[in-house]
Amino acid sequence: MSAPAQHSRSWRPFGQRWQAYLLILPGVTLYALFVLVPIINTARYSFYDWTGFSEPTNPGLQNYAEMFRDPDFWRAIGNNAFFVIFYTLIPILLGLFLASILTRGRLRGMTIFRAGLFIPQVMSPVVVGIIWRWLFTLDGPINIFLESIGIQGRAWLGDFAWSRLAVGSVGSWVEYGLCMVLFIAGAQAIDEELYDAARAFGANRWQEFRYVLLPGLRQQILVAFVLTFIAALRVFDLVYVLTSGGPGKTTLVTSLLIYDEAFNRNRAGYASAIAVAIGVIILVVSGSVYWIQQRQAAEEEQ
Amino acid sequence: MTSRTRQDAFSYAILIVFLVAALLPFIGVVLTAFKDTGELAAGIFALPQQWRFDNFAEAWTGARFSTYFGSSLIVVIPVVVIATILSTMSGVAFGMFKFPGANALLLVILLGLMIPFEAVIIPLWQLMGNLGLRDTYWAVILPQIALSFSFGTFWMRAYFKNFPSEIIDAAVVDGCTTWGVVWRVLFPLSMPALLSLVVLLFMWTWNEFFLVLVMVTGDLRTLPVGLALLRGRYATDIPVMAAGSLLVSLPVIILYLFFQRSFIRGIISGAVKA
Repeated sequence: MSAPAQHSRSWRPFGQRWQAYLLILPGVTLYALFVLVPIINTARYSFYDWTGFSEPTNPGLQNYAEMFRDPDFWRAIGNNAFFVIFYTLIPILLGLFLASILTRGRLRGMTIFRAGLFIPQVMSPVVVGIIWRWLFTLDGPINIFLESIGIQGRAWLGDFAWSRLAVGSVGSWVEYGLCMVLFIAGAQAIDEELYDAARAFGANRWQEFRYVLLPGLRQQILVAFVLTFIAALRVFDLVYVLTSGGPGKTTLVTSLLIYDEAFNRNRAGYASAIAVAIGVIILVVSGSVYWIQQRQAAEEEQ
Repeated sequence: MTSRTRQDAFSYAILIVFLVAALLPFIGVVLTAFKDTGELAAGIFALPQQWRFDNFAEAWTGARFSTYFGSSLIVVIPVVVIATILSTMSGVAFGMFKFPGANALLLVILLGLMIPFEAVIIPLWQLMGNLGLRDTYWAVILPQIALSFSFGTFWMRAYFKNFPSEIIDAAVVDGCTTWGVVWRVLFPLSMPALLSLVVLLFMWTWNEFFLVLVMVTGDLRTLPVGLALLRGRYATDIPVMAAGSLLVSLPVIILYLFFQRSFIRGIISGAVKA
């Protein structure tokens, strides 16, 4: 439908190719220098013994071999995976639950709810971390509240058994508003007639959820998944401020491990190998979601 | 009718619970920033006995937030201005021109949307050392522009791709040259998209932590890093920390309140949306 209009645009007045190249040149140059070449170099360094100061030596796969044997690497990966439960799974389930019990059709005042629910997303993770670090302290507000209902408090972030859970729940706090906003908006856009039709066929609440709401939110769930999943894999600032990976290494994540290996322990080659591993995981996940989106879009056009 | 009203009331009640949960910690910080240490025992949501600004003054001068604030501005302003200009240029190119290699280039630029700084930080650190730029603002500004360019290109391209061609055709009929079209038609009409990009880049650059932590030290640190690395007596002074946290978040929160839609749309489109 819009195809002819799009074609007409390509010749007049924007016909000169050199103009297009000229327009992208400055940005692409900076991008190449400070993003592309470093990506390639990270991959290259990962095959060398390298302190970050000396010349890289001894090419080979030793960094990757060490990575697979390194308990810290597996612990960090495990913690990132653990945080996926809190960053991705819990917020998405919470958002779906909410979208399924809210009134169908328009609710007024959504602007205010949307604005408020999104606040944790725009705040600096450092500030979020500082706030929660204080809330979680031994004589902090959370323990004062718990003691008032008869539960013994503890120094949650300094506790070997509880620190991961405490850090994870801050992640859920940051992400749940995003999922709710996405899903409520999506649910309100679902045609009321689909629900009527489902009910006419005698669908119960679960079947309505399963066959009307869930398919209707497919796009929003994908978006929420990518955003929160990548956030869980990339998390740095929040953990750095809350626990710095401690106590012990109970909340160590891959980004902290990369930072520590490269800049505190001068093992830039090894850190590069870990960076490559994380980069590949992120690319595979977002690449597949992108692919699914494209396929859905193509299906819908047919 | 009544069942619908009751259902609505129930929906609002649940929404309010979650809204309050999102805001309570922040409200606690606002209240705490105005208290003195002795008042903390009264509880996080107790109102301050009097609204004092001592903690803000203490954070601003004593804890050196004024210095970090200056660094933040020195980094954020050039990043936002330059990245916006470069992204708009390439957005026009990718959205309105057809040229060989466009799709391949876009795919390469898409990489920057997904890749975290961790994946490039080591070579960047090396590069900045070789250029003699480590521990200067450039070491933060240049990579931040380059990574912002990636998002900005997709953002502006999406806008220009859907630009109604009738407007351009009309301008050409009226005798506009290509550059005339860009400056007199495209630029003014794309102001909303441009403004959205500006506030988004402002937020991301303002909040950036990892790059700043690695590249610069001392007075060159921006606000989030300054706050996170606060040591000495201020680090345990909860009201001063609360005031400092507010100083760090306030610029973004204020922008957010004005440009809510842009922020939400931008954050959501951060998920691969080419």
